[in-house]
Amino acid sequence: MAAEEEEDRQVLTKSDSSFFVEGIVRHLRRTVRSGKTKPEAWRRQQLQGLLRLLVEREEDISRALAQDLRKSAYETYIFEISLAVEECKLALKKLRSWMAPQKVAGTVATFPSSGAIVPEPLGVALVISTWNFPFVLAVNPMIGAIAAGCAVVLKPSEIAPATSALLAKLIPLYLDTSAIQVVEGGVPEITTLLQQNWDKIFYTGNSKVGRIIMAAASKHLTPVTLELGGKCPVYIDSTANLKVALRRIAVGKWGNNNGQACIAPDYILAEDSIAPRVVDVLKETIVEFFGKDPKTSKDLSRIVNQFHFKRLMDLLNDSRTLGKIVHGGEQDAANLYIAPTVLYDVPLNVPIMTEEIFGPLLPIIKVKGAAEAIAFITERSKPLAFYVFTTDKTIAQLMVSEVSAGGIVVNDTCLQFVVPGLPFGGVGESGTGAYHGKFSFDTFSNHKAVLYRQEVGDVYARYPPHTKHKQKIIKSLLTGDFLGATLLLLGWRQ
Amino acid sequence: MATDVPLVDAAQLLGELRRTFSSGRTKSEKWRSQQLRALLKMVTEQEKEICKALTLDLGKSEYETYACELAMVLDSCKLAIKRLKKWMSPEKRPIAVATIPSTAIVHPEPLGVALVVSAWNFPILLALDPLVGAVAAGCAVVIKPSEIAPATSAFLAKFIPMYMDKEAIRVVEGGVQQITALLDQKWDKIFFTGNAKVGRIMMAAAAKHLTPVTLELGGKCPIYIDSTVDVKVAAKRIIVGKWTCSDGQACLSPNHLLVEECFVPKLISTLKTTMVEFYGEDPRTSKDLAHIVNKNHFKRLTALLDDPATAEKIIHGGERDEKSLYIAPTLLLDVPLDAPIMNEEIFGPLLPIITVKGPDEAIDIISKEPKPLAIYVFTDNKAVQEKMVSETSSGGMVINDAVVHFLCPHLPFGGVGESGIGAYHGKASFDAFSHQKSILYRGFTVEVYARYPPYTTHKLKVIRALLGRDFLGLLLALLGFRRQE
Repeated sequence: MAAEEEEDRQVLTKSDSSFFVEGIVRHLRRTVRSGKTKPEAWRRQQLQGLLRLLVEREEDISRALAQDLRKSAYETYIFEISLAVEECKLALKKLRSWMAPQKVAGTVATFPSSGAIVPEPLGVALVISTWNFPFVLAVNPMIGAIAAGCAVVLKPSEIAPATSALLAKLIPLYLDTSAIQVVEGGVPEITTLLQQNWDKIFYTGNSKVGRIIMAAASKHLTPVTLELGGKCPVYIDSTANLKVALRRIAVGKWGNNNGQACIAPDYILAEDSIAPRVVDVLKETIVEFFGKDPKTSKDLSRIVNQFHFKRLMDLLNDSRTLGKIVHGGEQDAANLYIAPTVLYDVPLNVPIMTEEIFGPLLPIIKVKGAAEAIAFITERSKPLAFYVFTTDKTIAQLMVSEVSAGGIVVNDTCLQFVVPGLPFGGVGESGTGAYHGKFSFDTFSNHKAVLYRQEVGDVYARYPPHTKHKQKIIKSLLTGDFLGATLLLLGWRQ
Repeated sequence: MATDVPLVDAAQLLGELRRTFSSGRTKSEKWRSQQLRALLKMVTEQEKEICKALTLDLGKSEYETYACELAMVLDSCKLAIKRLKKWMSPEKRPIAVATIPSTAIVHPEPLGVALVVSAWNFPILLALDPLVGAVAAGCAVVIKPSEIAPATSAFLAKFIPMYMDKEAIRVVEGGVQQITALLDQKWDKIFFTGNAKVGRIMMAAAAKHLTPVTLELGGKCPIYIDSTVDVKVAAKRIIVGKWTCSDGQACLSPNHLLVEECFVPKLISTLKTTMVEFYGEDPRTSKDLAHIVNKNHFKRLTALLDDPATAEKIIHGGERDEKSLYIAPTLLLDVPLDAPIMNEEIFGPLLPIITVKGPDEAIDIISKEPKPLAIYVFTDNKAVQEKMVSETSSGGMVINDAVVHFLCPHLPFGGVGESGIGAYHGKASFDAFSHQKSILYRGFTVEVYARYPPYTTHKLKVIRALLGRDFLGLLLALLGFRRQE
């Protein structure tokens, strides 16, 4: 039966994706309306199912990621599996407290009363994930959606086809298909999906498509969370421990899907007194990490496809950029390999400095100091992340208060992503909304404000005809002048 | 007239405000506090002018102006002044095992330059309440008041520059052309109050620049009422919830009543007598009723009433006078659910009453409609209260009253689905105009070598143990012992 259904599904996908998609949304809406996804027991069951999937299928997941991106088992474990496992466990642990209504005080004007903020599921959510961390960026938003009691359609990226196929295969085996579905495909499928009326859209990707998603969402007034990208700058000053700093920068860059990560350091602004030393230490670190011929290192993933390979080569081969390569630059198109490449002092208006690199190329620019770095960064679009390396507390504080970004890490890279207590998201061009930990639950919830009143506590001054006397009473009450209100009510004051 | 005002150069305006914002002036606690105090001063000193404008625009009584608009603005200002420091201060957050040692902090910062587009029905409140949030958050702001309330628009355009920092806070009057020009620009935040149709236009415009939005929209706010309540108290609260708030022209106005069958006759007779008590035999003489805002809306509402299937269901009121833009507080009983009056948000002084068998039928009717801004439930039965809370979805709810949750600064005020995106009031106002920036502080001293390539099996073991909080395994791995696989 399952095989026939699978065949049906494939036929439908190819011949009439809109019919197929509409059917899925209708089905999920019916499920939500039935109330099935609301009880804690259902959500817990789904999260436990997801956890089992992550634990039991680790090998399958690693294999798919190796196929799609040549990710090492290490990277796969750290970034794709353990992060999802942590989020799942946290959601299971905290589910009850997240779901509980939050009691709030009433107000003088409504005395006596009590309030509660009651979280409820938004409804049917669409999660569109991307190709660079194709597993965790699909699963983590889903954890939030399920914890919040939503039904979910997941649209994995077709640019990571092995992972997409694996998700499409595994999710129905571990999760409730009446509420959680995977729709594979490319642009036609996404277009059809975006025509539907969703209660929430969660998108991870680039800002060009982010605009398309938000525009589509506006037709139905669908709230969106957009996890986008941008150029994540790094600032290093002369007080930083260069050895440690550059290790952390190098692993944040090349240990993160080989630079193809929204939070990978994009470029370095180095205080000019130490800039040459930064270059030297960086070169040493690259050799330490990946050997003299990084192509033989098993720890570097590959460029995802020919399109991106060409894009990156175009950035490198720009005439104003070529002469600035100080390390690396080797490539092998057949293997989608580009060496970890460092550039020094490229002009600021070349493509490698104006577009998000999203690859293994790391330009270093000299700046006079913190002020110039701040001016440089704030002239440009707000990034998803900003990394500051300094031991000067004043400079660190200056950077934190003057630079707007999704998140900032002082003296490290990328780790803000693994702290569930920190909301992870962008601002401006780098995105809207946030998730991780409770923020994931919140982003798929409606926080309904409920005020409880009783029949007592009726101030006659509230009702027409509104005489001047009544007005005085109301004014006194609303401004907290209880003595005045009492005197007025007693008739001792006119 | 607001629409006669010459078009402002939107790009230039935004450029000026961006320069002010970039200078950092609006970020200081001192500036924000100063502006909030100035706003407070303006509303206090100019109360008479405000009342005059609202009488001109909507025929609002002094009472209504104070109780429904000014009191809230004053409260919001005072709360923001009191809590500003606390709201601005960074908040420490728990770290993860993987990042020990570190400190995690969430640091709120202003989004930047905000556009506040307000509506005509509470033209002072809906312009100034969001302004409180924007200013508290440290943003520069452009307010575009509704041209459909021209006297209030003119008031704001005249007095705000007199009290507040002209280089950071501006009022732009005008109509569709002006708003279109403004929407072409890149704002850091758009805060819109109005209807869902224009809400979509706002969000689509915002999408071009990835501008985050708060949309305070409307919807058909239903009341469910059963026979367990004190009919007099309920009737009084329903009546003022409907007609004392801008004569039913409020996003939170009870749109229609769903009444338990056995309660219908009693409720109707109490409503009628109480309405006479409140507004007199001829409500046209009452000073406590605002008028319909303009001819367009007057025609819209009378058309709803004149629909044949509807007209015969009028059980109280129905009189109208176009010259004074007056429509009597009107009750209707059991109009067909597909009549025009039940198809759109009424936004006026007409209140249809629908007989239902009980809460299940009410929930059924409510769930067929888009999610409203509010649902009001009058019942003393706790089980029914909880049933309504858990089986319906809306922006907000009030049990045993209507509209008043709006006054509570601890309750975030906003819609869901067709009734809106985002929320405000109290701290939620500050948050609506802020970005909560995540900061992780690390030091250089502790290095975990297992983190760096080349990735050996040993390193993977260490990391797995660390992340899995398997500290024994971690110890063994670090010491070089092999564990049984």
